Amino acid sequence: MKLFRTLMAAATALAVTAFAAPSFAADDPGPAAYAKSLNGKRVMLVPLAMGFDLAQGWAHYLKKEVEAWGGTFETRDPNWVVDAGAQAITDAIASDTRPDVLIIHAPDLNSYSKLMKKAQAAGTYVLLVDNPANFPADAFVGSDWDKLGQLEAEAAIKGCGENSSKKIGLVQGDQANSSSLYQYAGIMKVLEKHPDFQVVAKPDSNWDATTSRNVTTTMLQQHPDICSIIDFWDGDATGASAAIRDAKLDGKVFLVTTGGGEKAADCDKLQDGTYGAVVMTDLARQSGDMNAIIKFLLQSGQPAGTSHTYIYTLEKATTKADLKPDSCWDLKALQAEAAAK
Amino acid sequence: MNAIGWPNWRRLNQEGIVFAIAILLFAAAAIGLPGFLTADNLVAIVRSVSVLGILALGMAVVIIGRGIDLSAVAIMAMSVAWYLQLVNTGTSDGLAFGYVLAGVLAIGLLNGFLVAYADVPAIFVTLATGSFVFGYVRSQLITQDAVPVPGGHWVELLGGVRFLDIPVEVFVFAGLALLFFLFLRYTKWGRFIYFAGDNPVAARNIGVPVRPMLVLRYMLSAFVALIAGLLTAASLHSINTRIVNSTLLYDIVLVAVIGGIGLSGGRGGVRNVLVGAALIGILLNAMTIIDIPLLYQNLIKAAILLGAIIVDGIINPRDEQTAQQGDI
Repeated sequence: MKLFRTLMAAATALAVTAFAAPSFAADDPGPAAYAKSLNGKRVMLVPLAMGFDLAQGWAHYLKKEVEAWGGTFETRDPNWVVDAGAQAITDAIASDTRPDVLIIHAPDLNSYSKLMKKAQAAGTYVLLVDNPANFPADAFVGSDWDKLGQLEAEAAIKGCGENSSKKIGLVQGDQANSSSLYQYAGIMKVLEKHPDFQVVAKPDSNWDATTSRNVTTTMLQQHPDICSIIDFWDGDATGASAAIRDAKLDGKVFLVTTGGGEKAADCDKLQDGTYGAVVMTDLARQSGDMNAIIKFLLQSGQPAGTSHTYIYTLEKATTKADLKPDSCWDLKALQAEAAAK
Repeated sequence: MNAIGWPNWRRLNQEGIVFAIAILLFAAAAIGLPGFLTADNLVAIVRSVSVLGILALGMAVVIIGRGIDLSAVAIMAMSVAWYLQLVNTGTSDGLAFGYVLAGVLAIGLLNGFLVAYADVPAIFVTLATGSFVFGYVRSQLITQDAVPVPGGHWVELLGGVRFLDIPVEVFVFAGLALLFFLFLRYTKWGRFIYFAGDNPVAARNIGVPVRPMLVLRYMLSAFVALIAGLLTAASLHSINTRIVNSTLLYDIVLVAVIGGIGLSGGRGGVRNVLVGAALIGILLNAMTIIDIPLLYQNLIKAAILLGAIIVDGIINPRDEQTAQQGDI
């Protein structure tokens, strides 16, 4: 009996060492496959410019994640010049260190289409971010601009109220950028359902704050009873807000705009009443979406150019009433974090 | 027009043509567009071209002296962006302004020195210094395209200054126009600019300090750009360096040239800038009231400007004997 017990104990010990121990460490094949597909992969971001909040936010979040899974992350700064962006993409495709994933912020519907095709042919996955283009990229991550326009229009209608003049002014971006064209289409869709509201003017700002100020000044002089203005970007809506301030119509004209949800650009201005509502993009989540699709594509083994996925970011019109401490992200804090490293 | 005095109405020149177009447009808009001929809208027109006009005054002085300053917009945006960045990060206001003023004058000095003493064509010098100023300030001194004016700062307060409901930039534009007019018309150095622009070699031979004056003009242009930048920031409560990529620089040259300041130098004055600015201001305002899309606005603007130049070319054909080397 004693012998039997000893034998049992020995057998158990043997079994534990022989079978159980290795199964703790090596049975999940995930990490190894993950590391194999992702290690050393190159991701490059080519935004319109590196000098504004969206691009700086994306770069911050992407860099953190890409470097965490062992890849390298680079950016190029075309500084709003379309040619410089094209050059950066061309160089990237031709270089020895061709990126495995190219994230492109398209300046308009068509400019980079040929280059993106070339990149896919060379085996680089192409992600479009923020601005759609006439090109079947592997994935589009960004706003559904039509929906975003609808949200703006709904916010403007709500801001005006039932007893207002029901006159709305638009300050469009330009007539080439998809974000401007689709935003306009979305706004008009909602206004069609509210025939009592009318658009009294719809000038372009060309994304420039001074132009936005000048056209808004004229608009307010022609229609002093405008109850809401929708400016297509927070980057130039400072001009529209200056015109409203100069016309002494603060609080009377409900200014709606859209932006990347940066604190100084959006939340602070909602707080001080400059903007009535801002349709904000959740930038951290948008960057997370990009990272997820990058990881998927790199592990999928499918050739570049075979999938066409749209990942629209959740958008929400935020007003002063529903501002929360985490409604915005803070570029200054990100820069301080980067500087501290 | 004779070089100094009043326009010669019997002989229609480019300034006259542009002035006539401006008057016609104004009359048409006043009749056809409700709300155009109101005091508020007229003030808005002048205001919308004030910064452009101020920059064009600086450009005009340089062009009259047979030069060109393509660094004006870069200096305007980058100097103010740097200034606001310094103030935002805690540098004392006086010190920050001192740095920026010194930087602006130094760039003007460099422009002038390279053109006057190193004999490099102005178009290349200022193109290069403009790019340098933009690149250096953007990459080394500021962190973002748009730099906000800190709350309660004097630049923000400046933007709210009104006399008789007229914004401050209009007065600054008017004041600078008067100063430039007096300088060009009644001071010795002002007159010398025409001599130097018309014939630099002859001017030098009669003892005009051509080179030091050239340096002064570029410094003046840089300083004027700083004023324009401060006014822009005052109105918008921020400065966006993206403006360097815009067509503003061409618009400045356009305002000067369309008003009749020849790029070959030696001709024109403050009045030409005012005429050019008036045309652009009225045109843009009327088109905005009619709600013409931007693409068509650019087309119409270009067509009118081209028309004015063609008519001028027909009425005042180029004279091979007086055409100067250096004509652009």
